[in-house]
Amino acid sequence: MINRPLALKLLSAFIVFGAWEIAGRVPVSFAFPTFIESMQALFRLTIEGTIFTAYAETLKPLVVGVSISAFFGIGMGLWVGLSQRFEWLFSPIFIVMQAAPLAALIPILVMAYGIGLTSKVFVVCIMAMPVIVLNTASAVRNTPASIKDMGKSFLATDRDIVLKIVIPAASPVIFSGLRLGISAGFIGAILSELKITPTGVGDIITYSRSIADYPSMYAAIFSIIVLAVLFLNLLERIEDFLFEGNNRGYVSD
Amino acid sequence: MIVFGRRLPGMSSLLLWALLWEIVGQTGWTFFIPPLSEVLVTLFNVIGTPAFQKAMYETAYAFVAGVFFAIVIGVPVGILIGKSRLLDELILPWVNIFLSAPLTALVPVLMVLFGFGMKSIIITTTLFAIWIIILNSRAGVKQINRSLVEMAHSFGASPFDAFFKVYFWAALPEILGGVRIGVIRAVKGVIIGQLLISIVGFGALFELYSNNFMMSHFWAVLIVLFALAFSLSEFFAYLERRVSYYAASR
Amino acid sequence: MSQTNDAFEKSEPVDMDSAVSVRSVSKNYGTVEALRDLSLEFPRGQLTSLLGPSGCGKTTLLKIIAGLLEPTSGEILIEGKKVTGPGADRAFVFQDFALLPWASVIRNVAFGLELRGVAKSEREAIAEKYIKNVGLSGFEKSYPHELSGGMRQRVGLARALSVDSQVLLLDEPFSAVDEQNRRKFQEDMLELVRNENKTFIFVTHSIEEAVYVSDQIAILLPRPSRVSEIIRPTSFRNTDVENIRRSPEYLDIVDQIWASLRNYVE
Repeated sequence: MINRPLALKLLSAFIVFGAWEIAGRVPVSFAFPTFIESMQALFRLTIEGTIFTAYAETLKPLVVGVSISAFFGIGMGLWVGLSQRFEWLFSPIFIVMQAAPLAALIPILVMAYGIGLTSKVFVVCIMAMPVIVLNTASAVRNTPASIKDMGKSFLATDRDIVLKIVIPAASPVIFSGLRLGISAGFIGAILSELKITPTGVGDIITYSRSIADYPSMYAAIFSIIVLAVLFLNLLERIEDFLFEGNNRGYVSD
Repeated sequence: MIVFGRRLPGMSSLLLWALLWEIVGQTGWTFFIPPLSEVLVTLFNVIGTPAFQKAMYETAYAFVAGVFFAIVIGVPVGILIGKSRLLDELILPWVNIFLSAPLTALVPVLMVLFGFGMKSIIITTTLFAIWIIILNSRAGVKQINRSLVEMAHSFGASPFDAFFKVYFWAALPEILGGVRIGVIRAVKGVIIGQLLISIVGFGALFELYSNNFMMSHFWAVLIVLFALAFSLSEFFAYLERRVSYYAASR
Repeated sequence: MSQTNDAFEKSEPVDMDSAVSVRSVSKNYGTVEALRDLSLEFPRGQLTSLLGPSGCGKTTLLKIIAGLLEPTSGEILIEGKKVTGPGADRAFVFQDFALLPWASVIRNVAFGLELRGVAKSEREAIAEKYIKNVGLSGFEKSYPHELSGGMRQRVGLARALSVDSQVLLLDEPFSAVDEQNRRKFQEDMLELVRNENKTFIFVTHSIEEAVYVSDQIAILLPRPSRVSEIIRPTSFRNTDVENIRRSPEYLDIVDQIWASLRNYVE
């Protein structure tokens, strides 16, 4: 027997994909293929291997950009969270970046760095960095005062407090900042492929649109969304597993 | 930060960064960073131009329309799935999927379905904003204290009164929180939409400036955009604080 | 009144052998006076309670003794030496336990020793001993979130004991623990004071708890905080733990403290 939540999830998927299929058959628009056509196209792209080469291309700026953002973002966040002076100096920049539509910087990046990998990596970085920095900084600032006091009263050095108390206590929030950063990085990677130069999945989307091969276009979009959602879900599972006891175990529960 | 016993205002370091910008610009280190003063002069000239006003108007129109639909659809849907377990289990997975999905990838679909115009940009904006609004409205309804519900019943409130005098207000802090994040996302959505459909609003303006290497124009527009986005998000944060005084003591 | 006063007069004058001395300590937060010119002696090997209504600065005083806060003026002497910060001669037990949620019980108990650079095998052997002492054998590998509130505070207590400090500072240690566990803890405290030759400084807001466990009770009154009375129960200290709450002196002291504190209840 399958349980109720799973059954309802399947039912819900069936309703949505069914509606897609019907809307495609009507058709609501010449540019709206049916669900089955799109899945056939996806199957074809997979068999041909096109989708794999495309992803290799798309994931390159994403991986590079997210790694850079993670390294500098966490470092910066720790720094901002630990020092009032750096908080005053840097946090306004990241607060503004967080609220601002940074995508508007893309034309400048293209002028400065051309249409190659560098620009795309930059796009991923500016999208992913602010949330990583702000999450890390607030996690560090919100380390419970009593466990820092505990460290001090048991003669911890400043270094001990940062390494043995602040960083472990902050790591769940840092990790979820990283997950949000990756989610924003996906947006940046796809945006840069659609806006700067069509490569990878962006190329499949743009090319199949230009030759009116809508099933392939929908297939590519479908696959990138599924990939992103599955990957982010996996990260969330890992997060729950790694930090199971971390968010509990304080006095309040 | 505290200097000479006085607390410096939170955002005051931006002045320091502005100064740094001016200095870097004055040295002529790179063509891409003109001095801030030059950008500000350009800013005042640009604001008056019809091209800028048209872009501003189109963007504001798409933004307001997009946010309007996101709220008008999102809040009731959120309240509905917060109240009904069946609808919750049917709809929530999709909300979560679209909340974290790279929605940029959907813009090409909107372009072929709804054309290279306003309609696609408004839908993009709505798509960026709506999911978090649904999710937060749902959370707002879910957390309403049982004893508050029982209080309303025990004093004989009609369903209509119970909804508008109790539930709505009890869920308001979460709903407003969702709207605030939704608005921030909508700003990003409207710009991303315009960049990809670059014949409307700021998308067209950016295209014009970057093709002609008009750097200080470019930065001037960016400053306006960023300042507006930031003010908007602070304004909503302020609204949220206005109601959150009772959020803690519900 | 008269009857209880008898009890106090009988108490011997504070002996000069005090482990901790608070010498005219004041603490201001901006313009707010938290403590004003407060002096107090803590006899060696005994348990002294700091008792008072909320906001009377008792936790502030304890944190100043711990070296976590600096007094605005005045000084703290431990065995005649001035306190300038946290030291190996004091160990702290926290109201909210302050356990590391990501560390097992044994690592939490050994954490004080870990910070002092004691080798792993050695510190775990010591931790093991105190885990057994507080009755948590078998839970070495558990994590704080798997323990009840009472068990978590036993971990906090074992951690404080394992660094073998002369002075133990306890900040309302049982206030986040349920009633039954609290009673068990109070009995264990008496045992601990008797067996370990340590000086205990115990902050509480519970009158019954203070009278039950203390050799000396310092009553603090608020705004700004000052010592209004020092009470030294005598007759029931050596009776069995079960009989303390029935002793007339116990009941008289509880009543008398309530009489002097009731005006400060908001």
